Amino acid sequence: MSKNRENSILLEMKNISIEGYSDEVWHPIIKGVDLQIHRGEVLGLIGESGAGKSTLGLAAMGFVRAGCRFTGGSVLFGDQDLTKMNENEKRELWGTKFSYVAQSAAAAFNPAHRLINQTIEASISHGISKTETLEQEAITLYEEMQLPNPTEIGDRFPHQVSGGQLQRTMTAMAMSSKPDLIIFDEPTTALDVTTQVNVLATIRNIVKEHNTAAIYITHDLAVVAQMADRIQVLRYGNTIEESETNKMLKTPKEDYTKSLWAVRSIKKKENKNKEKILTINNIDASYGSGPKVLQNVSIEVPKGGTVAIVGESGSGKSTTARVVTGLLPPDKGEIIFQGQKLTPNLSDRSKEDLRKIQMVYQSPDTSMNPKHTVRDIIGRPLEFYHNMKGKEYTNRVIDLLKMIELDETFIDRLPSELSGGQKQRICIARALAAEPDLIICDEVTSALDQIVQEGILKLLLRLQKELSITYIFITHDIATVKAISDEVVVMHNGLVVEQGMKSEIFSPPHPDYTKLLLSSVPEMDPNWLTKILSSKK
Amino acid sequence: MSKVDNQYSAKDEVASVFIKRTFLQRTFITLKKAPFTAWLGMTIIVFYLFVALFAPLIAPYGEAEIFKTPYAPWDEVHIFGTDRLGRDILSRLIYGARNTMGIAILTTLLAFLIGGGLGLLSAILRGWVDQLLARFVDVLMAIPSLIFALMLLSIFGSTALNLIIIIAVLDSTRVFRLSRAVGMNVAVMEYVEAAKLRGEKIGWIMGREILPNILPPLVAEFGLRFCYVFLMIASLSFLGVGIQPPTADWGSMVRETGELIQYAQYDITAALTPILPAAAIGILTIGVNFVVDWFLYLTSGLKDEQK
Repeated sequence: MSKNRENSILLEMKNISIEGYSDEVWHPIIKGVDLQIHRGEVLGLIGESGAGKSTLGLAAMGFVRAGCRFTGGSVLFGDQDLTKMNENEKRELWGTKFSYVAQSAAAAFNPAHRLINQTIEASISHGISKTETLEQEAITLYEEMQLPNPTEIGDRFPHQVSGGQLQRTMTAMAMSSKPDLIIFDEPTTALDVTTQVNVLATIRNIVKEHNTAAIYITHDLAVVAQMADRIQVLRYGNTIEESETNKMLKTPKEDYTKSLWAVRSIKKKENKNKEKILTINNIDASYGSGPKVLQNVSIEVPKGGTVAIVGESGSGKSTTARVVTGLLPPDKGEIIFQGQKLTPNLSDRSKEDLRKIQMVYQSPDTSMNPKHTVRDIIGRPLEFYHNMKGKEYTNRVIDLLKMIELDETFIDRLPSELSGGQKQRICIARALAAEPDLIICDEVTSALDQIVQEGILKLLLRLQKELSITYIFITHDIATVKAISDEVVVMHNGLVVEQGMKSEIFSPPHPDYTKLLLSSVPEMDPNWLTKILSSKK
Repeated sequence: MSKVDNQYSAKDEVASVFIKRTFLQRTFITLKKAPFTAWLGMTIIVFYLFVALFAPLIAPYGEAEIFKTPYAPWDEVHIFGTDRLGRDILSRLIYGARNTMGIAILTTLLAFLIGGGLGLLSAILRGWVDQLLARFVDVLMAIPSLIFALMLLSIFGSTALNLIIIIAVLDSTRVFRLSRAVGMNVAVMEYVEAAKLRGEKIGWIMGREILPNILPPLVAEFGLRFCYVFLMIASLSFLGVGIQPPTADWGSMVRETGELIQYAQYDITAALTPILPAAAIGILTIGVNFVVDWFLYLTSGLKDEQK
């Protein structure tokens, strides 16, 4: 770090502690963390969920969420301590000196107002400049953010632009007041990889050009490697390690940091199996009388193996799963499972057929009934398919909990009392309880942190080995595909682009779409983004 | 800080704080934080329930016992005087709690059974079942309910059973609308899909998957509906087609003693007599609404915003 930079500290947090109130008690969220940010610097905050990343990021603005409070330390911005200021004084700084870019732009925009009005709203209300000037500046910003038709896009409503464009508009909104510090809270997590690349590039450029400082919060290490000058690793509300990006990537000091870095290293040897458990033949499918979502899709799934279906959102991955499970009867084509033709409609299938194919969903929050305890969730298939009762039932639930590396202390909890990874494990246990032959995993790891993902993937691999279950693994994450699959199917716009063994798919020559998909996956190399961008030009 | 051992383990993942408490402890904590209005409402309801349950023990005279003096003034023998037939007003007020509230509760329960059941069915099945039920409900709702009830009661006769069934069916339309709307939000959740994939029957999906998740708005609606049913019975009784004499009921008591109000210039207590059953209706309605408000506050997201 240069001498010049040392002197230009923009914001300094000293020994900051934050507590949250829940279930009638105050409990610590941040336990005395120091953080410094210099002018024009991008600081990456990483850690698993519950580490306190977002809380710390917001605290940099002197803000705590409802039900939280500062209990110690200071946030120094210039000579002011933000923790000591009242709401009105802080409100003067928010939207002028600080701005915030939220994870889900779709949820952060008001659907009833035009984009440009929302972009400059904060600046107007703080009286930074005249409306016309601000509108002109906003258009320049749109241009810098490489939005199509910068002069006109502002007149659109949020639902009229894509997710990636909305995220970029939100960044423009944050830049509008020319703030000293922007806090990015997982801005690209909700985007497809192919969209993510562009958004990352524009965010990085604009921050560099305007010499704005930024705190970049993410759980994706490869992303933070592209964006940040310096990285701070958090866990359980403590700083684990902090250093410059290059140093951090090459020589992480702490075991925990190393374990974060090691996540992408799961490798599975691919197995070839001639015997097929499931064959999908020439499926066409559509929702209602709408356009075809699947066109002539044929997939073969080998027994005891894992087939990964890859593609971005809207490619028809999940629809394929719905057809196999019978939720969406196909317009034409047939599904052959264990040598027998499956009836297309769910309600015509026998209990035995239903038992053999189980599904694990992307979001455990919505796939578990919030009012049922773990015992009910895992136990229902036992009762329903295997008529288990009383002691046998409870014992089997505990067995299943142990199988997914949890224990009987979890049996009476509600889903809201579990972490994301634990929830997903319970969902896997629910699928296992039916003793299925095939489990369809629909983006099961994409809502989770990398270290938790690794845990889940290892669990799935272990279970496959022990119980010889077949998986269909639907994902948009190439790293996951590399980790878990035997065979890969690439889908795009409802068509199968490519299908084959993992080693064949990942070695050239690629069809154009596979090439784009593969090249868009962020790598740990901090120069990756720069290379990708220059190769595109 | 034994947790920070730099090893990943599924058991140690950070979840929201989980403290094991019994149901009683949780109830106690919630009650302790209840605002004054909620306490007031609960006291009122408990008081009414007490009066209704122990009416024969509390009331000084019988429900239809007739005394010599009609329109007796307020005194030691008849605390609130007597009505035009010479029946003790206080005793009739106390018995009225039993009759009016009993019928109102039964009616509301029936309305929820019909409306809630069909609403959930509609939400799950969608398609033509939903269309048929929803349009039928629209038709029912298009007719002013008081006039419709008056008409049906005059066709079928004003018995307590008819009263309950007719008001319940008319009121179930509102419950149907609500439970269908909130039920649809839950019916599209993945856990309902998961239950369908498991091969569960519709009864299980309605009762075990959806119902527990829409209970808060339904309970709140129950409180409000109860008030409306209560007022409806009172109005019907006031009009003379509700609960039939000699059964005591607050609505008809207002009607029977209404003329006393013109004697206000001679005896202020006489004029207050018709106000008493009206106040009995009013106070219970307010009490129930206080509790419903508090319940809504507890179960909706509003709670977190205001902390």
